[in-house]
Amino acid sequence: MRYSVFSLLAQTLAGHKGWKPAWRDAAPKHEYDVLVIGGGGHGLATAYYLASQHGISNVAVIEKGYIGSGNVGRNTTIIRSNYLLPGNTPFYEHSMKLWEGLEQDINYNAMVSQRGVLNLYHSDAQRDAYARRGNAMRLAGVDAELLDREQVRAMVPFFNYETGRFPIQGGLLQRRGGSVRHDAVAWGYARAADQRGVDIVQNCEVTGLSIENGRVTGVETSRGPIKAKKIALAVAGNSSRLAAMAGMRLPIESHVLQAFVSEGVKPLIDTVVTYGAGHFYVSQSDKGGLVFGGDIDGYNSYAQRGNLPVIEDVMESAMALWPGVGRLRVLRHWGGIMDMSMDGSPIIDHTPIDGLYLNAGWCYGGFKATPASGWCFAHLIARDEPHPVATAFRLDRFTTGRVIDEKGVGAQPNLH
Amino acid sequence: MRIPCPYCGARDAQEFTYLGDANPKRPDRMEATEAAMFDYVYQRDNPAGRFRELWYHGAGCHAWLVVTRDTKTHAIEAAEPAKPSKAGAAA
Repeated sequence: MRYSVFSLLAQTLAGHKGWKPAWRDAAPKHEYDVLVIGGGGHGLATAYYLASQHGISNVAVIEKGYIGSGNVGRNTTIIRSNYLLPGNTPFYEHSMKLWEGLEQDINYNAMVSQRGVLNLYHSDAQRDAYARRGNAMRLAGVDAELLDREQVRAMVPFFNYETGRFPIQGGLLQRRGGSVRHDAVAWGYARAADQRGVDIVQNCEVTGLSIENGRVTGVETSRGPIKAKKIALAVAGNSSRLAAMAGMRLPIESHVLQAFVSEGVKPLIDTVVTYGAGHFYVSQSDKGGLVFGGDIDGYNSYAQRGNLPVIEDVMESAMALWPGVGRLRVLRHWGGIMDMSMDGSPIIDHTPIDGLYLNAGWCYGGFKATPASGWCFAHLIARDEPHPVATAFRLDRFTTGRVIDEKGVGAQPNLH
Repeated sequence: MRIPCPYCGARDAQEFTYLGDANPKRPDRMEATEAAMFDYVYQRDNPAGRFRELWYHGAGCHAWLVVTRDTKTHAIEAAEPAKPSKAGAAA
């Protein structure tokens, strides 16, 4: 069923009794052309673009839990393309353009909201760094505006401007940035892929990879063996575990990142703000809760739950920036497992094993990349060559010295 | 999370700084080929489960510890000095 104002009207008149499930709950077949492991945003987008852009629809997405139960359900829903380095800028801008046309493309309301992303600066040096970043963005055709303190105050008047150790001097604004309903991204891609013949297989955990003569032939799963000519890993958080099944080690550590939502309140903040003096970012969801987060917990973990010190740190940053939030209660918080790569940038590449492809290392910037990640990964799988905007995300960049260290904090995952 | 420091007793993890995997050893002299250095600097086992890792007790005894922890549950099995101490030696 195609969603439209007419289908909504027809269902309304029929008492909303005719809605069908958005995708089939498929059982795994014995063999596929391409098997995508990981039913998150990136895996589902990959399957969708394989079918829609490359005509490869004998595809299954297998997911150990239910789709969207991993990091696409954990993030803080922010999209932006305010990157500085040449390896990153065209990729994230490609992603932003795909977000802008996503809902029409997949016929699903993902609530793409270009409410702007504002990065605050608090010192002359930080202003200069943001001016440089903004210039790099504009040279690459990305929108950026450097705001002074009064322009920022006009947008978000309730922050702490006058006192404190880190007075707000201004901000770098990308108006096309914003937020997207994260669950709808998973559901929308799943539905659109399903309509093109892709099997979405849930509750199907991979327990082993079959490799013969240096080539993958299939996987062992909790629902039996599945053969495939090409196998694509999109299991951020668990990339090392899957790679270990193929006898590989990766330049990745897994760390917990927490996110928080306050109780619902009336509209307070109509943009996304990042606090430049600490690690804190905040936006308001359409349900009214403030959605915010900060640092990773900073030690290896697969626990999918966080610890208190980071919570305290995030709340301190929140109070320093915006004393008024102290009146709100935190409704819930949760943790997800991030693939922290050694330079803070992702990997979209072949592996040394024929037919095995890797999409990993998103650190905690994976959500905004979802459409371009799927787009570029599908291109790599279908044509066996990297997409032009993702050529820098090679697995061998650590040996060749072509690391992409966007934050300039060195090659250690615990610093990103 | 509380780490049972062998010198200071159980202390909040906030007193410590994390370094990472305690197993890699820096290749030395003839062993320090490009491939071996790449392996040491970048590649990680990153296991889900039992893991030996380095923590520095900066707000306590200033010792480096090897903590054995389960990365799935955060349960800590042991915390030992990273180097068997010689009197007065920096750990």
